[in-house]
Amino acid sequence: MEPIVAVLVGVLMAASVYLMLSRNLVRFVFGLVLISNAANLLIFAGGGLTRAAPPLIASGADLPASGVANALPQALILTAIVISFGLLAFALVLAFRAYQELETVDTDAMRVAEPREDAAELEETPRSGDRTV
Amino acid sequence: MSWLLVLPIILPMIAAVVGFVLRGNLVAQRVVSLAAALGLLGLSIALMAAVWQEGVVAAQMGDWPAPFGITLVADHLSAVMVLISAIIGVATVVYAFGDVGDKAVTYGFHPLLHALLCGVCGAFLTGDLFNLYVWFEVMLIASFALLVLGGRRAQLDGAVKYVALNLIATILFLGGIGLLYGLTGTLNMADLHIRLQEVENQGLVTVVAVMFIVAFGIKSAVFPLFFWLPASYHTPKVAVSAIFSGLLTKVGVYALIRCFTLIFTGDVGYTHEILLWIAGLTMVTGVLGAAAQNELRRILSFHIISQIGYMILGLALYTPLGIVGSVFYLVHHIIVKANLFFVSGVVNRVAGSFELSRLGDLYRYHPLIAVLFFIPAFSLAGFPPLSGFWAKFVLVQASLEVEGYVIAAVALVVGLLTIYSMTKIWLNAFWKARPAEAGPPPPPLSGLQRWCLIGPIAVLAAMTVTIGLFVEPFYQLAERSAEELLNPQPYVAAVLGEEGLARMTALSLAGEEAGVEP
Repeated sequence: MEPIVAVLVGVLMAASVYLMLSRNLVRFVFGLVLISNAANLLIFAGGGLTRAAPPLIASGADLPASGVANALPQALILTAIVISFGLLAFALVLAFRAYQELETVDTDAMRVAEPREDAAELEETPRSGDRTV
Repeated sequence: MSWLLVLPIILPMIAAVVGFVLRGNLVAQRVVSLAAALGLLGLSIALMAAVWQEGVVAAQMGDWPAPFGITLVADHLSAVMVLISAIIGVATVVYAFGDVGDKAVTYGFHPLLHALLCGVCGAFLTGDLFNLYVWFEVMLIASFALLVLGGRRAQLDGAVKYVALNLIATILFLGGIGLLYGLTGTLNMADLHIRLQEVENQGLVTVVAVMFIVAFGIKSAVFPLFFWLPASYHTPKVAVSAIFSGLLTKVGVYALIRCFTLIFTGDVGYTHEILLWIAGLTMVTGVLGAAAQNELRRILSFHIISQIGYMILGLALYTPLGIVGSVFYLVHHIIVKANLFFVSGVVNRVAGSFELSRLGDLYRYHPLIAVLFFIPAFSLAGFPPLSGFWAKFVLVQASLEVEGYVIAAVALVVGLLTIYSMTKIWLNAFWKARPAEAGPPPPPLSGLQRWCLIGPIAVLAAMTVTIGLFVEPFYQLAERSAEELLNPQPYVAAVLGEEGLARMTALSLAGEEAGVEP
C-alpha cells in the first residue's frame, strides 16, 4: 500500500512543480493547492498505512489491540488541511486583488514594487506620494 | 512554572481577540494594545529571570507526558528571543501611535500585530516540531495581512512574491516533518534528538535535514532563497517593515539553530558545510545588493540578508565560540535593524521621501535624528564600541579558531561594504544639500507624534550602546545559550525527565563500544 501512495505523492509533487514554474499567477496558486495535498499524503504514508484495523479501544481495556492503524498522522493532516485552507483562501484573494490592481497575472510583469532601472526615468513610480491610509 | 511558559503565547492571543472585538473604538484598541505589549514584556522578563536561575524549564500541555503531548520549553536562547520580541513589540506599538493612521487601525493593525507576536513567541517556546509548524503558520497569516494592510499597488505586488515563496517553504517544512515522523515515530524535539541517532538509514536523515535547510532557508532569507524579502519589505507601513525586519527572518534563523544543534547532528560534516557556503554567499550577495540600491528601505532590506549570513556563519562553524557569536548577533541585530527601519520612517516623515536622491540637509535641520541614525547604522557596520563590533569580533575570532581564513576574510570585507552603504545613506540623506527638485519638506510633526516616533528609536539606540559598553552580561548570556545548544543534556532532561537522560547515556555508551563517536 505505501509504495502506491508514495508514487502518487511523487506524481502530485511533479505536477505541482510544473504548475508552479508557470509565470501565470493563477496556475501558481493551483500548484500550491496540489502540493499542499501532496504534503498531506506524504505525512499519511510516512505514518504507515494499516488497512481494516481502526484504532478503537475495547471497553474495559486501557490500550488498543496491537497492530491497529496509527491515528496521529491523521490528526496532523487534519490540522495541516485546516491551516492550508486558510492560507490558500488568502492566496486566492490576494491573486485576485493583484489582478484587479496590477491588471495582469503574469508575475514577470509585476514590477511595481521593484521597478526596472531603465524604466525608472520613463515613468515616475508613485511611492512616497500616495500614503492613502 | 508552566504558566510562565504559556502566558507569553496566550496574552498576545487574548490581546488580538479583544482588539478585534473593539475594532470600532480606536482609543480602546490602542490602550489594549499597549497594555498587552507591556504585559508581554513583563512576562518575558520573568521568564528570562526564571531560566537564568534554574536553567531549562519545560511544561507539558494538558499534562500529557512527553513525548506524547505538546511540550513547551524555554532554554536561554528561547527566553532571550522572547524577551527581545517583547521589546520590539512594545517599540512597534508605541511607534505605530505616530505612524499608523486611524483607517489602518480600524482595519485591525493592532490585533494583527499581536497575532504576529503570538506566533513568534509560540515558535520560540515550543518543543514540538509539528507545533513549530503551527506557530509558523500563525505568524505567517498575520504577516500576510499586515503586509497588504492599506492595499496600495506596490504592497500587493510585494505580497504576491512574499506569500508565494513563504507558502512553498511551509510545505517543504511540512513534508520534512512527515518524513521525520515516518523515520522515528515522534515529533518531540528532545525525543527526536535521541531517536534520530538510532535510525539505521542515516542517509535519509541527511536528506530530510537538507529539506529543513531549504525550508528554513526561505524563511530566514538566505542565498539563493531570499528574493521575496527585497521584493516586499519596503512596501508596507514603516511600523510593519520594522517588526518584520526585526523578528520574522530571525524566527527562521532560530529554527535553523534549534534544528541543527538539537535534531540534525548526525552528519555535521555535510550539513554544516552546506550552511557555511550559504553563510558566505548570503553575506556577499546581500551587501552587494544593498550597494546597488538608492532607496532607504530597500538598502536596509538587503542588509537584513547580508546580516543573516553572519548568524548562519556561527551555526555553520559549530564550535562553542561560533554559536556564542550567532546568538549574540541575533540579539544585537534584531534591535539594530528594527531601529534602522524606524529611523527611515521618521526620515520619510520629516523629508517626504525614502529616495536618497530626494533627501538632504537632515543633519542641518534634524540633528537628533542624525544622531539616532548614526548609532544603529554604525553598530550594524561593526564600529566599536557599539554592539555590532562585539558580534562581528566574536564571529571572526571563531572563524580564525578553526582556521577558516577565507570565511573570516569574507566577514570582514562584508563589514567594510556595510560601512560603504551606511556612509552612502549618511552622505546623501544627512550631509548633502537638499536638492531643489525635492520640493518643500512636509509639515513638521506635532508634539505627541514626535514623541511616539522618536521615543522608541531613542530607547533602542540606548540599548545598542548599552550592549556595546557593558558587553559582559550579554556575552555571558550568549555563552550559556551556546553551552546548552551544544550539549543538549539539560534540555532533554527537562523535557523527558530522568528516563530520557538514561536513554541518552545508554546511546552514547553503545556508540563508544562500537568505536564510533555518537
